[in-house]
Amino acid sequence: MIENKTYIKSFCTIQNNEIILNGETIFKTEPTLFADFSKKAFRNFEIDYPKFFKMDNLSKLAFLGAELLLKNEIDNTKENNIALVFSNSSSSLDTDVKYQKSISDKDNYFPSPAVFVYTLPNICLGEISIRHQLRSENSFFIFEDFNPAFMKNYANVLLETKKAEKVLCGWVEYFGEEYQAFLYLVASEGNTEHRKETLEILYNKHSWKH
Amino acid sequence: MIKEVFITETNCITPIGFDVAANIKNIVNGVSGIQLHQNESLMKAPFYASIIDSEQLDKAFAKITSADNYTKLEKMMILALHPIIANSKLDLNTKTAFVLSTTKGNITALENPSEENIQKAHLHQLAKTIADFFGFKTEPVVVSNACVSGILAVSVAKRLIQSEMYDNIFVVAGDVISEFVLSGFNSFQAMSDLPCKPYSKNRTGVTLGEASAAVLVTSNKENAKMKIIGDGSINDANHISGPSRTGEGLFRSIQSALAEAKINPNQIDYISAHGTATSFNDEMETIAFNRIGLQNVPLNSLKGFYGHTLGASGLLETVIGIQSVLESKLFVSLGFDELGVSQPLNIIEKNEEKMINYFLKTASGFGGCNTAVLFEKVK
Repeated sequence: MIENKTYIKSFCTIQNNEIILNGETIFKTEPTLFADFSKKAFRNFEIDYPKFFKMDNLSKLAFLGAELLLKNEIDNTKENNIALVFSNSSSSLDTDVKYQKSISDKDNYFPSPAVFVYTLPNICLGEISIRHQLRSENSFFIFEDFNPAFMKNYANVLLETKKAEKVLCGWVEYFGEEYQAFLYLVASEGNTEHRKETLEILYNKHSWKH
Repeated sequence: MIKEVFITETNCITPIGFDVAANIKNIVNGVSGIQLHQNESLMKAPFYASIIDSEQLDKAFAKITSADNYTKLEKMMILALHPIIANSKLDLNTKTAFVLSTTKGNITALENPSEENIQKAHLHQLAKTIADFFGFKTEPVVVSNACVSGILAVSVAKRLIQSEMYDNIFVVAGDVISEFVLSGFNSFQAMSDLPCKPYSKNRTGVTLGEASAAVLVTSNKENAKMKIIGDGSINDANHISGPSRTGEGLFRSIQSALAEAKINPNQIDYISAHGTATSFNDEMETIAFNRIGLQNVPLNSLKGFYGHTLGASGLLETVIGIQSVLESKLFVSLGFDELGVSQPLNIIEKNEEKMINYFLKTASGFGGCNTAVLFEKVK
Protein backbone atom coordinates (compact mmCIF):
# COMPACT_ATOMS: atom_id res chain seq x y z
CA MET A 1 0.00 0.00 0.00
CA ILE A 2 1.37 3.40 -0.96
CA GLU A 3 0.67 5.51 2.06
CA ASN A 4 -0.19 9.15 1.86
CA LYS A 5 1.31 11.14 4.68
CA THR A 6 -0.92 11.52 7.72
CA TYR A 7 -0.62 13.95 10.60
CA ILE A 8 -1.31 14.26 14.31
CA LYS A 9 -3.58 17.27 14.34
CA SER A 10 -4.00 17.58 18.10
CA PHE A 11 -3.34 15.53 21.24
CA CYS A 12 -4.36 15.43 24.86
CA THR A 13 -3.20 13.71 28.05
CA ILE A 14 -5.23 13.19 31.22
CA GLN A 15 -3.55 11.82 34.31
CA ASN A 16 -2.55 12.73 37.86
CA ASN A 17 -5.28 15.35 38.24
CA GLU A 18 -4.05 17.23 35.21
CA ILE A 19 -5.22 17.75 31.62
CA ILE A 20 -2.64 18.68 29.00
CA LEU A 21 -3.82 19.76 25.54
CA ASN A 22 -1.25 20.00 22.73
CA GLY A 23 1.54 20.12 25.32
CA GLU A 24 0.03 22.79 27.57
CA THR A 25 -1.63 22.29 30.94
CA ILE A 26 -5.20 23.51 30.61
CA PHE A 27 -6.64 22.14 33.84
CA LYS A 28 -5.21 20.92 37.12
CA THR A 29 -6.50 20.16 40.62
CA GLU A 30 -4.95 19.26 43.96
CA PRO A 31 -4.63 15.47 44.37
CA THR A 32 -8.16 14.08 44.66
CA LEU A 33 -10.24 11.07 43.65
CA PHE A 34 -11.05 10.66 39.94
CA ALA A 35 -14.79 11.14 40.57
CA ASP A 36 -14.07 14.58 42.00
CA PHE A 37 -11.39 15.48 39.46
CA SER A 38 -13.57 14.49 36.50
CA LYS A 39 -16.55 16.44 37.85
CA LYS A 40 -14.41 19.55 38.33
CA ALA A 41 -12.94 19.21 34.85
CA PHE A 42 -16.40 18.74 33.35
CA ARG A 43 -17.61 21.93 35.08
CA ASN A 44 -14.44 23.85 34.23
CA PHE A 45 -14.96 23.30 30.50
CA GLU A 46 -18.65 24.20 30.87
CA ILE A 47 -19.83 21.05 29.16
CA ASP A 48 -23.62 20.77 29.06
CA TYR A 49 -24.28 17.01 28.99
CA PRO A 50 -26.07 15.52 32.04
CA LYS A 51 -25.54 11.94 30.76
CA PHE A 52 -21.90 12.33 31.82
CA PHE A 53 -22.83 11.66 35.43
CA LYS A 54 -24.31 8.23 34.61
CA MET A 55 -21.10 7.01 32.97
CA ASP A 56 -18.54 4.75 34.57
CA ASN A 57 -15.05 6.13 35.16
CA LEU A 58 -13.53 4.68 31.98
CA SER A 59 -16.23 6.34 29.88
CA LYS A 60 -15.83 9.65 31.77
CA LEU A 61 -12.10 9.59 31.10
CA ALA A 62 -12.52 8.84 27.39
CA PHE A 63 -15.40 11.32 27.10
CA LEU A 64 -13.36 14.21 28.56
CA GLY A 65 -10.43 13.57 26.22
CA ALA A 66 -12.70 13.30 23.18
CA GLU A 67 -14.54 16.45 24.20
CA LEU A 68 -11.36 18.52 24.12
CA LEU A 69 -10.14 17.16 20.78
CA LEU A 70 -13.47 17.12 18.94
CA LYS A 71 -14.87 20.44 20.16
CA ASN A 72 -13.46 22.35 17.20
CA GLU A 73 -13.59 19.48 14.70
CA ILE A 74 -17.30 18.78 14.56
CA ASP A 75 -19.31 20.61 11.93
CA ASN A 76 -22.96 20.13 12.86
CA THR A 77 -24.11 21.04 9.37
CA LYS A 78 -22.66 17.88 7.82
CA GLU A 79 -21.64 14.27 8.46
CA ASN A 80 -18.41 14.00 10.40
CA ASN A 81 -16.67 10.78 9.42
CA ILE A 82 -14.27 10.59 12.35
CA ALA A 83 -13.43 6.98 13.29
CA LEU A 84 -12.75 5.99 16.90
CA VAL A 85 -9.86 3.60 17.55
CA PHE A 86 -9.27 3.14 21.26
CA SER A 87 -7.22 0.75 23.37
CA ASN A 88 -6.16 0.04 26.92
CA SER A 89 -4.67 -2.61 29.17
CA SER A 90 -7.39 -3.54 31.64
CA SER A 91 -10.49 -3.44 29.40
CA SER A 92 -13.50 -2.66 31.63
CA LEU A 93 -12.07 -4.54 34.63
CA ASP A 94 -12.63 -1.64 37.03
CA THR A 95 -16.39 -1.89 36.46
CA ASP A 96 -16.22 -5.70 36.08
CA VAL A 97 -14.90 -5.96 39.66
CA LYS A 98 -17.72 -3.70 40.89
CA TYR A 99 -20.34 -5.74 39.05
CA GLN A 100 -18.89 -9.04 40.32
CA LYS A 101 -19.19 -7.70 43.90
CA SER A 102 -22.90 -7.06 43.31
CA ILE A 103 -23.51 -10.76 42.58
CA SER A 104 -20.92 -12.47 44.81
CA ASP A 105 -22.75 -12.11 48.11
CA LYS A 106 -25.94 -14.14 47.83
CA ASP A 107 -27.50 -12.29 50.77
CA ASN A 108 -26.83 -8.99 49.07
CA TYR A 109 -27.41 -10.01 45.44
CA PHE A 110 -28.15 -6.98 43.35
CA PRO A 111 -27.08 -7.16 39.68
CA SER A 112 -27.84 -3.85 38.03
CA PRO A 113 -28.25 -3.40 34.26
CA ALA A 114 -26.92 0.16 34.63
CA VAL A 115 -23.62 -1.27 35.93
CA PHE A 116 -23.57 -4.38 33.70
CA VAL A 117 -23.71 -2.35 30.49
CA TYR A 118 -20.39 -0.71 31.42
CA THR A 119 -18.66 -4.10 31.73
CA LEU A 120 -17.62 -3.68 28.08
CA PRO A 121 -14.68 -1.45 27.09
CA ASN A 122 -16.32 -0.29 23.85
CA ILE A 123 -19.19 1.39 25.72
CA CYS A 124 -17.00 4.51 25.97
CA LEU A 125 -16.90 4.57 22.15
CA GLY A 126 -20.69 4.44 22.14
CA GLU A 127 -20.83 7.36 24.59
CA ILE A 128 -18.51 9.48 22.43
CA SER A 129 -20.40 8.50 19.26
CA ILE A 130 -23.72 9.57 20.80
CA ARG A 131 -22.32 12.82 22.17
CA HIS A 132 -20.82 13.91 18.84
CA GLN A 133 -23.30 12.06 16.60
CA LEU A 134 -20.48 10.09 15.00
CA ARG A 135 -21.90 7.30 12.85
CA SER A 136 -18.43 6.09 12.06
CA GLU A 137 -15.99 3.18 12.28
CA ASN A 138 -15.18 2.20 15.85
CA SER A 139 -13.12 -0.50 17.51
CA PHE A 140 -11.60 -1.19 20.90
CA PHE A 141 -8.33 -3.10 21.36
CA ILE A 142 -6.51 -4.44 24.40
CA PHE A 143 -2.71 -4.45 24.70
CA GLU A 144 -0.44 -4.83 27.70
CA ASP A 145 0.97 -1.35 26.94
CA PHE A 146 0.24 1.45 24.48
CA ASN A 147 1.09 -0.01 21.06
CA PRO A 148 2.07 2.87 18.75
CA ALA A 149 3.03 0.66 15.78
CA PHE A 150 -0.37 -1.05 15.72
CA MET A 151 -2.30 2.16 16.32
CA LYS A 152 -0.47 3.99 13.57
CA ASN A 153 -1.08 1.22 11.03
CA TYR A 154 -4.73 0.76 11.91
CA ALA A 155 -5.53 4.47 11.77
CA ASN A 156 -3.70 4.82 8.46
CA VAL A 157 -5.47 1.90 6.82
CA LEU A 158 -8.85 3.43 7.76
CA LEU A 159 -7.81 6.71 6.12
CA GLU A 160 -6.17 5.04 3.13
CA THR A 161 -9.20 2.84 2.34
CA LYS A 162 -11.51 5.87 2.80
CA LYS A 163 -13.35 4.23 5.71
CA ALA A 164 -12.80 7.49 7.62
CA GLU A 165 -11.78 11.11 6.99
CA LYS A 166 -10.11 11.49 10.38
CA VAL A 167 -9.34 9.07 13.20
CA LEU A 168 -9.57 9.84 16.89
CA CYS A 169 -7.14 7.44 18.56
CA GLY A 170 -6.91 6.83 22.26
CA TRP A 171 -5.20 4.96 25.06
CA VAL A 172 -7.73 5.13 27.91
CA GLU A 173 -6.69 3.13 30.94
CA TYR A 174 -8.65 3.11 34.19
CA PHE A 175 -8.30 0.66 37.06
CA GLY A 176 -8.81 1.37 40.76
CA GLU A 177 -8.11 5.13 40.76
CA GLU A 178 -5.10 4.67 38.46
CA TYR A 179 -5.90 6.41 35.22
CA GLN A 180 -4.18 7.59 32.11
CA ALA A 181 -5.63 8.90 28.88
CA PHE A 182 -3.65 9.81 25.78
CA LEU A 183 -5.85 10.79 22.84
CA TYR A 184 -4.85 12.21 19.48
CA LEU A 185 -6.55 13.09 16.25
CA VAL A 186 -5.09 11.76 13.00
CA ALA A 187 -5.89 13.61 9.78
CA SER A 188 -4.54 14.16 6.29
CA GLU A 189 -3.41 17.65 7.29
CA GLY A 190 -1.49 19.01 10.23
CA ASN A 191 1.94 20.04 11.47
CA THR A 192 3.17 16.92 13.24
CA GLU A 193 3.77 13.89 11.06
CA HIS A 194 1.90 10.77 12.24
CA ARG A 195 4.81 8.44 12.96
CA LYS A 196 5.28 5.61 15.44
CA GLU A 197 8.28 7.37 16.99
CA THR A 198 6.34 10.62 17.43
CA LEU A 199 3.49 8.76 19.15
CA GLU A 200 6.01 7.13 21.48
CA ILE A 201 7.52 10.51 22.37
CA LEU A 202 4.16 12.22 22.93
CA TYR A 203 2.90 9.29 24.99
CA ASN A 204 6.02 9.06 27.13
CA LYS A 205 6.73 12.77 27.57
CA HIS A 206 3.86 13.28 29.92
CA SER A 207 4.13 9.93 31.65
CA TRP A 208 7.72 10.69 32.61
CA LYS A 209 6.93 14.08 34.05
CA HIS A 210 5.46 12.56 37.17
CA MET B 1 -3.00 -1.71 -5.43
CA ILE B 2 -4.51 -2.83 -2.14
CA LYS B 3 -3.75 -6.43 -1.24
CA GLU B 4 -6.33 -9.18 -1.64
CA VAL B 5 -7.19 -11.02 1.57
CA PHE B 6 -8.36 -14.62 1.92
CA ILE B 7 -9.49 -17.18 4.49
CA THR B 8 -7.76 -20.52 4.04
CA GLU B 9 -8.44 -22.45 7.25
CA THR B 10 -11.39 -22.67 9.65
CA ASN B 11 -12.24 -24.55 12.83
CA CYS B 12 -14.64 -24.41 15.77
CA ILE B 13 -15.20 -25.98 19.19
CA THR B 14 -18.85 -26.04 20.25
CA PRO B 15 -21.27 -28.20 22.26
CA ILE B 16 -22.27 -29.92 18.99
CA GLY B 17 -18.80 -30.73 17.75
CA PHE B 18 -15.07 -30.20 18.11
CA ASP B 19 -14.44 -29.66 14.40
CA VAL B 20 -16.30 -28.10 11.47
CA ALA B 21 -17.48 -31.45 10.01
CA ALA B 22 -19.08 -32.59 13.28
CA ASN B 23 -20.83 -29.22 13.64
CA ILE B 24 -22.20 -29.34 10.10
CA LYS B 25 -23.43 -32.91 10.58
CA ASN B 26 -25.41 -31.84 13.65
CA ILE B 27 -26.75 -28.70 11.97
CA VAL B 28 -27.94 -30.76 8.99
CA ASN B 29 -29.74 -33.08 11.42
CA GLY B 30 -31.27 -30.20 13.38
CA VAL B 31 -29.31 -31.00 16.56
CA SER B 32 -28.94 -27.97 18.83
CA GLY B 33 -26.42 -27.45 21.65
CA ILE B 34 -29.08 -25.72 23.75
CA GLN B 35 -30.26 -27.69 26.76
CA LEU B 36 -31.96 -27.03 30.07
CA HIS B 37 -29.34 -26.67 32.82
CA GLN B 38 -29.73 -26.73 36.54
CA ASN B 39 -26.60 -25.34 38.15
CA GLU B 40 -27.05 -23.03 41.12
CA SER B 41 -23.46 -21.84 40.98
CA LEU B 42 -24.36 -20.26 37.63
CA MET B 43 -27.99 -19.29 38.21
CA LYS B 44 -30.57 -19.96 40.88
CA ALA B 45 -33.38 -21.06 38.58
CA PRO B 46 -32.96 -23.67 35.81
CA PHE B 47 -31.95 -22.04 32.51
CA TYR B 48 -31.48 -22.89 28.86
CA ALA B 49 -27.93 -22.55 27.54
CA SER B 50 -25.52 -24.15 25.08
CA ILE B 51 -22.63 -25.40 27.22
CA ILE B 52 -19.53 -27.41 26.29
CA ASP B 53 -19.10 -30.62 28.29
CA SER B 54 -15.93 -30.10 30.36
CA GLU B 55 -15.04 -33.80 30.50
CA GLN B 56 -15.13 -34.13 26.72
CA LEU B 57 -13.15 -30.93 26.38
CA ASP B 58 -10.46 -32.19 28.78
CA LYS B 59 -10.27 -35.47 26.87
CA ALA B 60 -9.75 -33.66 23.58
CA PHE B 61 -7.24 -31.33 25.16
CA ALA B 62 -5.22 -34.23 26.63
CA LYS B 63 -4.71 -35.51 23.08
CA ILE B 64 -2.70 -32.43 22.11
CA THR B 65 -0.77 -31.68 25.31
CA SER B 66 -0.07 -33.06 28.77
CA ALA B 67 -0.19 -29.54 30.24
CA ASP B 68 -3.34 -29.01 32.29
CA ASN B 69 -3.09 -25.63 34.00
CA TYR B 70 -5.41 -23.93 31.52
CA THR B 71 -8.92 -22.52 32.02
CA LYS B 72 -11.88 -23.89 30.08
CA LEU B 73 -11.80 -20.91 27.73
CA GLU B 74 -8.05 -21.29 27.13
CA LYS B 75 -8.50 -24.98 26.30
CA MET B 76 -11.32 -24.15 23.89
CA MET B 77 -9.21 -21.52 22.14
CA ILE B 78 -6.09 -23.71 21.94
CA LEU B 79 -8.15 -26.60 20.56
CA ALA B 80 -9.71 -24.33 17.92
CA LEU B 81 -6.33 -23.02 16.77
CA HIS B 82 -4.29 -26.21 17.02
CA PRO B 83 -5.29 -28.00 13.77
CA ILE B 84 -5.29 -24.87 11.63
CA ILE B 85 -1.83 -23.80 12.76
CA ALA B 86 -0.57 -27.33 12.08
CA ASN B 87 -2.29 -27.52 8.66
CA SER B 88 -1.00 -24.14 7.55
CA LYS B 89 2.65 -25.26 8.00
CA LEU B 90 3.42 -21.57 8.54
CA ASP B 91 6.50 -20.33 10.30
CA LEU B 92 5.21 -18.18 13.19
CA ASN B 93 7.55 -15.32 12.29
CA THR B 94 7.34 -11.53 12.56
CA LYS B 95 4.94 -11.36 9.58
CA THR B 96 2.47 -13.74 11.26
CA ALA B 97 0.09 -12.14 13.73
CA PHE B 98 -2.32 -13.45 16.31
CA VAL B 99 -5.68 -11.73 16.85
CA LEU B 100 -7.82 -12.84 19.79
CA SER B 101 -11.38 -11.70 20.20
CA THR B 102 -13.53 -12.11 23.26
CA THR B 103 -16.18 -10.21 25.14
CA LYS B 104 -15.42 -11.33 28.68
CA GLY B 105 -12.38 -13.64 28.48
CA ASN B 106 -11.46 -15.27 31.80
CA ILE B 107 -14.05 -13.21 33.70
CA THR B 108 -14.74 -16.14 36.06
CA ALA B 109 -11.33 -15.44 37.66
CA LEU B 110 -12.99 -12.46 39.41
CA GLU B 111 -15.16 -14.83 41.47
CA ASN B 112 -12.15 -14.96 43.78
CA PRO B 113 -10.64 -11.49 43.25
CA SER B 114 -7.07 -12.04 44.48
CA GLU B 115 -4.38 -9.93 42.84
CA GLU B 116 -3.29 -12.98 40.85
CA ASN B 117 -6.82 -13.64 39.63
CA ILE B 118 -7.38 -10.03 38.63
CA GLN B 119 -4.19 -10.36 36.57
CA LYS B 120 -5.62 -13.51 35.02
CA ALA B 121 -8.82 -11.67 34.07
CA HIS B 122 -6.80 -9.21 31.94
CA LEU B 123 -7.53 -9.97 28.30
CA HIS B 124 -3.92 -9.41 27.17
CA GLN B 125 -2.90 -12.04 29.73
CA LEU B 126 -5.32 -14.52 28.16
CA ALA B 127 -3.90 -13.68 24.73
CA LYS B 128 -0.33 -14.14 25.99
CA THR B 129 -1.19 -17.55 27.45
CA ILE B 130 -2.58 -18.73 24.09
CA ALA B 131 0.22 -17.07 22.08
CA ASP B 132 2.90 -18.69 24.27
CA PHE B 133 1.33 -22.12 23.83
CA PHE B 134 1.92 -21.90 20.08
CA GLY B 135 5.04 -19.71 20.15
CA PHE B 136 3.82 -16.62 18.29
CA LYS B 137 6.61 -14.04 17.87
CA THR B 138 4.42 -10.96 17.50
CA GLU B 139 2.45 -9.21 20.23
CA PRO B 140 -1.15 -10.46 20.29
CA VAL B 141 -3.90 -8.06 19.23
CA VAL B 142 -7.03 -8.36 21.38
CA VAL B 143 -10.34 -7.15 19.94
CA SER B 144 -13.00 -6.57 22.62
CA ASN B 145 -15.98 -4.83 21.10
CA ALA B 146 -18.96 -6.48 22.80
CA CYS B 147 -20.95 -8.89 20.63
CA VAL B 148 -19.39 -7.87 17.31
CA SER B 149 -15.88 -8.87 18.53
CA GLY B 150 -15.69 -12.17 16.59
CA ILE B 151 -16.61 -10.76 13.19
CA LEU B 152 -14.80 -7.47 13.83
CA ALA B 153 -11.65 -9.55 14.39
CA VAL B 154 -11.94 -10.81 10.78
CA SER B 155 -12.27 -7.25 9.58
CA VAL B 156 -9.30 -6.14 11.72
CA ALA B 157 -7.18 -9.00 10.35
CA LYS B 158 -8.09 -8.02 6.79
CA ARG B 159 -7.16 -4.40 7.44
CA LEU B 160 -3.83 -5.32 9.06
CA ILE B 161 -2.94 -7.39 5.98
CA GLN B 162 -3.99 -4.48 3.74
CA SER B 163 -1.73 -2.21 5.80
CA GLU B 164 1.11 -4.66 4.96
CA MET B 165 1.96 -5.02 8.63
CA TYR B 166 1.46 -8.81 8.39
CA ASP B 167 1.05 -11.53 5.72
CA ASN B 168 -0.79 -14.13 7.80
CA ILE B 169 -3.06 -13.72 10.79
CA PHE B 170 -4.48 -16.45 12.99
CA VAL B 171 -7.76 -15.26 14.48
CA VAL B 172 -9.38 -16.95 17.45
CA ALA B 173 -12.61 -16.00 19.21
CA GLY B 174 -14.12 -17.45 22.36
CA ASP B 175 -16.37 -16.84 25.32
CA VAL B 176 -17.73 -19.03 28.11
CA ILE B 177 -20.92 -19.10 30.16
CA SER B 178 -20.46 -17.49 33.58
CA GLU B 179 -22.58 -16.30 36.47
CA PHE B 180 -21.36 -12.82 35.53
CA VAL B 181 -22.85 -12.89 32.04
CA LEU B 182 -25.99 -14.87 32.92
CA SER B 183 -26.91 -12.50 35.77
CA GLY B 184 -26.17 -9.48 33.58
CA PHE B 185 -28.42 -10.53 30.69
CA ASN B 186 -31.00 -11.57 33.25
CA SER B 187 -30.86 -8.12 34.87
CA PHE B 188 -31.76 -6.68 31.46
CA GLN B 189 -34.69 -9.14 31.36
CA ALA B 190 -33.24 -10.23 28.04
CA MET B 191 -33.16 -13.99 28.71
CA SER B 192 -35.58 -16.37 27.07
CA ASP B 193 -37.30 -18.96 29.26
CA LEU B 194 -37.28 -21.34 26.25
CA PRO B 195 -34.59 -22.04 23.61
CA CYS B 196 -34.31 -18.79 21.62
CA LYS B 197 -36.47 -18.23 18.53
CA PRO B 198 -34.79 -15.61 16.31
CA TYR B 199 -37.16 -13.45 14.19
CA SER B 200 -40.20 -15.38 15.45
CA LYS B 201 -43.46 -13.90 16.63
CA ASN B 202 -43.16 -15.69 19.95
CA ARG B 203 -39.51 -14.88 20.62
CA THR B 204 -38.83 -13.91 24.21
CA GLY B 205 -35.13 -13.19 24.28
CA VAL B 206 -31.59 -14.53 24.28
CA THR B 207 -30.29 -18.00 25.08
CA LEU B 208 -26.61 -17.81 26.00
CA GLY B 209 -23.94 -20.19 24.77
CA GLU B 210 -20.22 -20.89 24.76
CA ALA B 211 -17.90 -21.71 21.89
CA SER B 212 -14.58 -20.93 20.26
CA ALA B 213 -13.72 -20.58 16.60
CA ALA B 214 -10.57 -19.91 14.62
CA VAL B 215 -9.61 -18.95 11.07
CA LEU B 216 -6.45 -18.17 9.12
CA VAL B 217 -6.61 -14.84 7.27
CA THR B 218 -3.87 -14.46 4.68
CA SER B 219 -2.64 -12.61 1.61
CA ASN B 220 -1.72 -15.97 0.04
CA LYS B 221 -4.39 -17.18 -2.40
CA GLU B 222 -3.18 -20.80 -2.38
CA ASN B 223 -5.80 -23.07 -0.73
CA ALA B 224 -8.14 -20.09 -0.26
CA LYS B 225 -11.72 -20.94 0.67
CA MET B 226 -13.06 -17.39 0.64
CA LYS B 227 -12.00 -13.90 -0.28
CA ILE B 228 -12.85 -11.05 2.12
CA ILE B 229 -14.13 -8.37 -0.22
CA GLY B 230 -15.58 -5.65 2.00
CA ASP B 231 -16.30 -4.66 5.56
CA GLY B 232 -17.68 -1.96 7.79
CA SER B 233 -18.02 -1.48 11.53
CA ILE B 234 -20.13 1.58 12.19
CA ASN B 235 -21.70 2.86 15.39
CA ASP B 236 -25.40 3.75 15.75
CA ALA B 237 -24.64 6.86 17.84
CA ASN B 238 -28.02 6.28 19.41
CA HIS B 239 -28.04 4.32 22.69
CA ILE B 240 -25.48 2.32 24.68
CA SER B 241 -27.75 -0.61 25.58
CA GLY B 242 -30.39 -0.63 22.83
CA PRO B 243 -30.13 -0.81 19.05
CA SER B 244 -31.09 2.09 16.80
CA ARG B 245 -34.74 1.97 15.72
CA THR B 246 -33.71 2.76 12.16
CA GLY B 247 -30.88 0.21 12.09
CA GLU B 248 -28.61 3.10 11.17
CA GLY B 249 -25.23 1.66 12.14
CA LEU B 250 -25.93 -1.77 10.63
CA PHE B 251 -27.34 -0.15 7.47
CA ARG B 252 -24.19 1.94 7.08
CA SER B 253 -21.86 -0.96 7.92
CA ILE B 254 -23.41 -3.07 5.13
CA GLN B 255 -23.29 -0.10 2.74
CA SER B 256 -19.63 0.43 3.54
CA ALA B 257 -18.88 -3.26 2.87
CA LEU B 258 -20.86 -3.20 -0.42
CA ALA B 259 -19.11 -0.05 -1.61
CA GLU B 260 -15.68 -1.55 -0.96
CA ALA B 261 -16.62 -4.87 -2.59
CA LYS B 262 -18.15 -3.01 -5.56
CA ILE B 263 -21.14 -5.34 -5.70
CA ASN B 264 -24.88 -4.64 -5.58
CA PRO B 265 -27.18 -5.81 -2.77
CA ASN B 266 -29.00 -8.11 -5.24
CA GLN B 267 -25.79 -10.09 -5.81
CA ILE B 268 -25.72 -11.31 -2.19
CA ASP B 269 -26.81 -14.97 -2.07
CA TYR B 270 -26.94 -15.60 1.67
CA ILE B 271 -26.93 -13.63 4.94
CA SER B 272 -25.76 -15.06 8.24
CA ALA B 273 -27.38 -12.49 10.53
CA HIS B 274 -27.03 -11.79 14.25
CA GLY B 275 -30.59 -12.75 15.31
CA THR B 276 -30.28 -12.82 19.09
CA ALA B 277 -34.07 -13.23 19.41
CA THR B 278 -34.55 -10.15 21.56
CA SER B 279 -37.50 -8.10 20.45
CA PHE B 280 -35.44 -5.00 19.63
CA ASN B 281 -32.41 -6.59 17.96
CA ASP B 282 -34.32 -8.69 15.45
CA GLU B 283 -36.59 -5.77 14.58
CA MET B 284 -33.61 -3.43 14.12
CA GLU B 285 -31.87 -5.90 11.78
CA THR B 286 -35.08 -6.32 9.76
CA ILE B 287 -35.31 -2.57 9.23
CA ALA B 288 -31.64 -2.31 8.22
CA PHE B 289 -31.92 -5.24 5.75
CA ASN B 290 -35.10 -3.80 4.22
CA ARG B 291 -33.53 -0.35 3.86
CA ILE B 292 -30.81 -1.92 1.72
CA GLY B 293 -33.21 -4.17 -0.19
CA LEU B 294 -31.98 -7.47 1.24
CA GLN B 295 -35.40 -8.71 2.41
CA ASN B 296 -35.54 -11.49 -0.21
CA VAL B 297 -32.06 -12.87 0.41
CA PRO B 298 -32.10 -16.21 2.29
CA LEU B 299 -31.11 -15.46 5.87
CA ASN B 300 -30.53 -17.41 9.06
CA SER B 301 -29.50 -16.87 12.64
CA LEU B 302 -27.46 -19.76 14.03
CA LYS B 303 -28.36 -18.80 17.62
CA GLY B 304 -30.96 -21.61 17.64
CA PHE B 305 -28.05 -24.10 17.43
CA TYR B 306 -25.45 -22.35 19.59
CA GLY B 307 -27.23 -19.71 21.65
CA HIS B 308 -25.57 -16.31 21.77
CA THR B 309 -21.88 -17.06 22.23
CA LEU B 310 -21.03 -13.34 22.64
CA GLY B 311 -17.57 -12.48 21.29
CA ALA B 312 -17.29 -15.92 19.67
CA SER B 313 -20.57 -15.70 17.77
CA GLY B 314 -19.43 -13.58 14.83
CA LEU B 315 -16.47 -15.82 14.05
CA LEU B 316 -18.29 -19.10 14.76
CA GLU B 317 -21.14 -18.07 12.46
CA THR B 318 -18.61 -17.03 9.80
CA VAL B 319 -16.99 -20.47 9.99
CA ILE B 320 -20.38 -22.18 9.53
CA GLY B 321 -21.37 -19.67 6.83
CA ILE B 322 -18.18 -20.41 4.89
CA GLN B 323 -19.08 -24.11 5.02
CA SER B 324 -22.55 -23.26 3.66
CA VAL B 325 -20.85 -21.60 0.69
CA LEU B 326 -18.37 -24.44 0.14
CA GLU B 327 -21.05 -27.14 0.32
CA SER B 328 -23.70 -25.06 -1.53
CA LYS B 329 -26.18 -25.54 1.32
CA LEU B 330 -28.45 -23.18 3.19
CA PHE B 331 -29.02 -24.25 6.80
CA VAL B 332 -32.31 -23.88 8.65
CA SER B 333 -32.72 -20.94 11.04
CA LEU B 334 -33.53 -23.20 13.98
CA GLY B 335 -36.31 -22.06 16.32
CA PHE B 336 -38.10 -20.00 13.70
CA ASP B 337 -41.86 -20.48 13.26
CA GLU B 338 -43.93 -17.46 12.33
CA LEU B 339 -42.37 -14.17 11.23
CA GLY B 340 -42.50 -11.72 14.11
CA VAL B 341 -40.88 -8.57 12.75
CA SER B 342 -42.54 -5.57 11.11
CA GLN B 343 -41.12 -6.02 7.60
CA PRO B 344 -40.42 -9.02 5.34
CA LEU B 345 -37.38 -11.26 5.67
CA ASN B 346 -36.56 -14.49 3.81
CA ILE B 347 -35.83 -16.75 6.79
CA ILE B 348 -34.45 -20.17 5.83
CA GLU B 349 -37.08 -22.62 7.11
CA LYS B 350 -35.50 -25.89 5.93
CA ASN B 351 -32.11 -27.02 4.72
CA GLU B 352 -31.76 -26.60 0.98
CA GLU B 353 -29.20 -26.67 -1.82
CA LYS B 354 -28.10 -23.35 -3.27
CA MET B 355 -25.08 -22.08 -5.17
CA ILE B 356 -23.62 -19.25 -3.12
CA ASN B 357 -21.06 -16.82 -4.47
CA TYR B 358 -21.48 -13.85 -2.14
CA PHE B 359 -22.11 -14.24 1.57
CA LEU B 360 -22.78 -11.45 4.10
CA LYS B 361 -22.10 -11.84 7.82
CA THR B 362 -23.42 -9.24 10.26
CA ALA B 363 -23.46 -8.65 14.01
CA SER B 364 -24.54 -5.92 16.39
CA GLY B 365 -23.92 -5.28 20.06
CA PHE B 366 -24.01 -3.12 23.17
CA GLY B 367 -22.43 0.28 22.78
CA GLY B 368 -24.29 0.69 19.48
CA CYS B 369 -21.68 -1.28 17.55
CA ASN B 370 -22.34 -3.13 14.28
CA THR B 371 -20.11 -5.05 11.88
CA ALA B 372 -20.73 -6.35 8.36
CA VAL B 373 -18.25 -8.41 6.34
CA LEU B 374 -18.74 -9.59 2.75
CA PHE B 375 -17.15 -12.79 1.46
CA GLU B 376 -16.78 -14.11 -2.07
CA LYS B 377 -16.32 -17.76 -2.94
CA VAL B 378 -12.89 -18.43 -4.44
CA LYS B 379 -13.28 -20.39 -7.66
